[in-house]
Amino acid sequence: MDKLWMYLQLPMVQRALIVSTLIAFCSALLGVTLVLKRYSYIGDGLSHVAFGAMSVAAVVGLTNEMVLILPVTVICAILLLRTGQNTKIKGDALIAMVSVGALAIGYLLMNIFSTSSNLSGDVCTTLFGSTSILTLSVSEVWLCVILSVLVFIGFLFFYHKIFCVTFDESFARAVGMKVDLYHLMIAVMIAVIIVLAMNLVGSLLISALVIFPALSAMRLFKSFRDVTVFAVIMSLICTLTGILVSLLYSTPVGSTIVTVDAAGFLICFFVGKIRGGVRA
Amino acid sequence: MALLTIKELVLGYESRAILKPIDFQVNKGDYLFIVGENGSGKSTLMRTILHLQPPVSGQVIMGDGLKANEIGYLPQQTLVQRDFPASVTEVVLSGCQAHAGLRPFYTKEDREKARRAMEQMHITELAKRCYRELSGGQQQRVLLSRALCASGKLLLLDEPVSGLDPKVTGEMYDLIGELHEKGLTVIMISHDISAAVRYATHILHIGEQVLFATNEEYRRSEIGRAFLKEVNYNG
Ligand SMILES: Nc1ncnc2c1ncn2[C@@H]1O[C@H](COP(=O)(O)OP(=O)(O)OP(=O)(O)O)[C@@H](O)[C@H]1O
Ligand SMILES: [Mg+2]
Repeated sequence: MDKLWMYLQLPMVQRALIVSTLIAFCSALLGVTLVLKRYSYIGDGLSHVAFGAMSVAAVVGLTNEMVLILPVTVICAILLLRTGQNTKIKGDALIAMVSVGALAIGYLLMNIFSTSSNLSGDVCTTLFGSTSILTLSVSEVWLCVILSVLVFIGFLFFYHKIFCVTFDESFARAVGMKVDLYHLMIAVMIAVIIVLAMNLVGSLLISALVIFPALSAMRLFKSFRDVTVFAVIMSLICTLTGILVSLLYSTPVGSTIVTVDAAGFLICFFVGKIRGGVRA
Repeated sequence: MALLTIKELVLGYESRAILKPIDFQVNKGDYLFIVGENGSGKSTLMRTILHLQPPVSGQVIMGDGLKANEIGYLPQQTLVQRDFPASVTEVVLSGCQAHAGLRPFYTKEDREKARRAMEQMHITELAKRCYRELSGGQQQRVLLSRALCASGKLLLLDEPVSGLDPKVTGEMYDLIGELHEKGLTVIMISHDISAAVRYATHILHIGEQVLFATNEEYRRSEIGRAFLKEVNYNG
């Protein structure tokens, strides 16, 4: 406990806690939509794109990598969504192509141009996010705060529209809603969340961070609102638990969080089974 | 000007036509039944009118200041993903999105409208239930309530009574009849030809031959008499 208290005094740890709370919050919001809309594919693909962009940024030597990663990821999100709509199968293939391509190019660039002596360490950090959350600068924290607040406001503002469009797209279209615009917005929000979450868990584990809380909540709750609220709570609890555990036992942050998320899912799964069994 | 003008509209998929060109008009206050055999293209016509799919050629013109957000729609099938968490209230309320514009929340009137629509379809006690866990007929009633929330001037229903029990079917027709008397324009696809000749102002028969006629004319026409007879034999 003393050790934990000591850690909590450190500004570095405080910053990490603020940022991860925000990320956990935002990533859970869009989880349900992501799970239901086959966007989980896109989410996964985008995280690889973000990885590629990050390597390019590192090679070019940008001090603030976000400047490159964010626009690239957002643009890819829009492009993937656009093509994915026309033809479903080709869309999936395209996503796979883009994501694996970005991953390969990213690694290649890092390999060729990297000046660091510990290359595999660097790559590992980018993929699994080990400690980057603890080395955030103040400006990165601010960027994260602003983006999270924007995502949150956007989600709140368009909550009912997101529900309507996700639940029944052709009805939404028939009654004159601007379905394409909302899809675009959802894609942009997902891209932003992915870029943010990359700091916390690294690009390989992002999907887990986004999807696990939603899946857990869907075991227990039956309405969109309840699922969203519970997913957020679940995500906050798991992320904070994960971070504290990783501080105390010096385990990698990202994988610890995702492990806690998975454990949370298992608990919800069994609770759901038991409740369902009793009711039936 | 008519509410809807369908001009030499050729329906089809990937520019392969499935029907001869169709021409008709729907005026304010009409109650149009679309009848025809399975696979004749009724749902395709409705989806084309709603701009959910492109026509092979021809035009759908909305007149009388009709806007897309004044249209209520009940699809024939709604594919909802497995596990989609949505309560009945959430689904019905989402019909109000049609008029919501950019407003991020539902108003008191919206909630009142949804409550009434649910009452009319006898699903008030299901309000908190999960949509996915309802029976087919119950789901149909939920979607009908949603369509009622969305409709301002025009209501398009694709086989609204399929899967409903006789009591609710009767009430549904009465309810739509009432709404029609109050000035709502209704277009309904149905295999229930006896209801068509009872309620409709106009009937569009599609199939080998396409016929658009008023109710009277339809009953006297050759296609109509043949179709009515056939159905009476079978049913
Ligand atoms: N997605 C599609 N691609 C190609 N052809 C289609 C598609 N959907 C329907 N069709 C064809 O178009 C024709 C009309 O279908 P439609 O669903 O409009 O019939 P319907 O009159 O509504 O029938 P029902 O009474 O069974 O609802 C059918 O022959 C069908 O095979
Ligand atoms: Mg049909």
